[in-house]
Amino acid sequence: MLAIDVRNIVKKFGDFTAVKGISFEVGSGEIFGLLGPNGAGKSTLIRMLTTLLPPSGGTALINGFDVAKQADSVRRAIGVIPQAMTSDLELSVEENLLIFAKLYGVPRERRKRLIDELLEAVELTQWRDKQVRNLSGGMRRRVEIARGLVHEPKIFFLDEPTTGLDPVSRVHVWEMLQRIKSERDLTVLITTHYMDEADKLCDRIAIVDHGELMALDSPMKLKASVPGKNVLEASFSGIPGDWPEILRQLPEVEDVTGHDNVFRLATSNGPVTTMAMLQTAARLSVSVDSLAVQSTTLDDVFVHYTGRALRDALQAPAAQDNPFMIRRA
Amino acid sequence: MHRTLAMIEREMRRFRRSPMLIVMSMMMPIVQLVVLGYAFGGNVKHLKVAVVDQDHGVPAVRIRELAGAVASGNHTFDIVDYADPGEALTDLRNGVVNGVLTIPPDYSRRVIGRQEPKVALISDNTDSFVSATLSATMGQVIGSLHEPVKTSARTSAEPRLDVVEVYPYVPYIQYLLPGSITMSIFMMVMIGGGIIFIDDKARGLHEGYLVTPITKFELIAGFNISGTIKAVLAGVVVMVIGAMIAGVPDALDPIRILRGVLVVVCAAFALISLMFLLMVRVTDPLMPRAMFGLLNTVLYFPSGAVYPQQGFPGWMKAIAAVDPFTYSVHAFKSLLLKNTGFEAIAFDLGYLIVFSAVCMTAATLLFKRTL
Repeated sequence: MLAIDVRNIVKKFGDFTAVKGISFEVGSGEIFGLLGPNGAGKSTLIRMLTTLLPPSGGTALINGFDVAKQADSVRRAIGVIPQAMTSDLELSVEENLLIFAKLYGVPRERRKRLIDELLEAVELTQWRDKQVRNLSGGMRRRVEIARGLVHEPKIFFLDEPTTGLDPVSRVHVWEMLQRIKSERDLTVLITTHYMDEADKLCDRIAIVDHGELMALDSPMKLKASVPGKNVLEASFSGIPGDWPEILRQLPEVEDVTGHDNVFRLATSNGPVTTMAMLQTAARLSVSVDSLAVQSTTLDDVFVHYTGRALRDALQAPAAQDNPFMIRRA
Repeated sequence: MHRTLAMIEREMRRFRRSPMLIVMSMMMPIVQLVVLGYAFGGNVKHLKVAVVDQDHGVPAVRIRELAGAVASGNHTFDIVDYADPGEALTDLRNGVVNGVLTIPPDYSRRVIGRQEPKVALISDNTDSFVSATLSATMGQVIGSLHEPVKTSARTSAEPRLDVVEVYPYVPYIQYLLPGSITMSIFMMVMIGGGIIFIDDKARGLHEGYLVTPITKFELIAGFNISGTIKAVLAGVVVMVIGAMIAGVPDALDPIRILRGVLVVVCAAFALISLMFLLMVRVTDPLMPRAMFGLLNTVLYFPSGAVYPQQGFPGWMKAIAAVDPFTYSVHAFKSLLLKNTGFEAIAFDLGYLIVFSAVCMTAATLLFKRTL
């Protein structure tokens, strides 16, 4: 059975359509990533799938239950980490888990064992009696991850679980998720706007922008689907007028984009193109000010499918966005 | 049901760890009770009255002697002698004295000739309490000038009003106590109920429990029962401590405390229902704070907690008629000031229960289980 089956789901807020008829399927045991900038409709989509918002059209089946008509059965099957930090600051780590175990009706004899196991899994056993207000953001996120699993759900929804965390805490959360996933039969749907996160964690990725599904495949296939295996990014000075044309005719080059003196070359063979480009530049007395060669990343995939760089789309980030994120002017 | 209990447990555990909230909602009404009780309750004393005697005759001296007797007796006012009426008036305007008693030059002559003798009291009426006290006291002083002549001849002929007070003297601080208890319940409902509820929403905390299988009714019951428990705790504490501070006789009478707890429970549930109705669709955290100030005024003052409702204009009487504070205050007055039985508060309890039922039904219809 499919864990998640979304068919042409739509959400309208007045005149504004936040989700414009998205369809996808997630198999049991998969880690599925929803990738997109702020405002792409990721959170609205996840809120519909977790019964927090009623869809305006289409259907979604979670563990075989309709989110609109069988909300209660859906809620019993899922664990959810909403985007906002939702643990109670005044309660201790253990109490946060205990109250949710009670809300989910976990029998008393199973509660203690599950809570012990989960605290161990998120490495918070020694903090179990501390009030959540005394924990760091990353630890608080881990409390919430444990809390979301306290009733042993089949499907786990995480809405931007690492937003607002420093790079070390982010990696820690990923490792923990992978470990928990390997230990139990769990399907995971995770939204993020971090490319590296999606690349490392997810079996398949859906790229969402402006409420529409732009692409859907495994990270590997998505990267293979965009032109070039490598990307050369270089800045020059003293370039002739037909420089973009000259670059395009270099061996193995598939695509050239650029503005002013900075150019990006998509190529199927990085080293060959690099050598040729440097020789051509020397011959025409163009000086190379900077040069970087890298494999195609999901960033390039994103640019390819949405027509804009993810960091441009992040120009107006929400208040809870990562304070550590470096934005380029 | 076990989910409702889990919600209540969550709220009570959070409440226990918020000592500021407990202190705020219990201390503020007690501080208000004490400060307002002593600020308004006392008799006005040592007002300064300028006496300008332009007559110097025997009847004028008699007035001054009588006034002097009052001044050294209950100290309502002190006398300052002035020779120049102009100077006395200037001092009155400048606030040096509170009133000027002028005995005109022809006073003695008119007294002897029985030609409507008059003395004038010029008072600073910007402070109505002071001017009312002065004219009442001076009225008595002047009135007593005639007494020896009147009494013996007319006792049997003139009807007299004998006032019988059924309860011992009630100081103003005791009069305020019922309002303070109701206020403490209201403050806990607003701070511990409304503000926390909206702040949780604004921080997205409610998404956490909305994705659990808790039903709409279990959620509503959880919020309101926990809110009521907190408000009842505040109300009972202020009722007992307040009664001891205000010097209510037999403050710890268990039967009366039991009846009082019943009123506290009904008032708490009525106010939490009203709050829940007002907040059920609110998401802006500024809203409950703004509403707190407004409701505070609109519910507390028309309730008869500080001034008798008979003195209100019609529109305010209308507010008072529906205001749950009115019935709570009335019930506490019956219990604490008159030590009445259940029948005196039955109507108040009935109104509070009906009021709760109406508000809670409306709020339940408006409550959304989704975002």
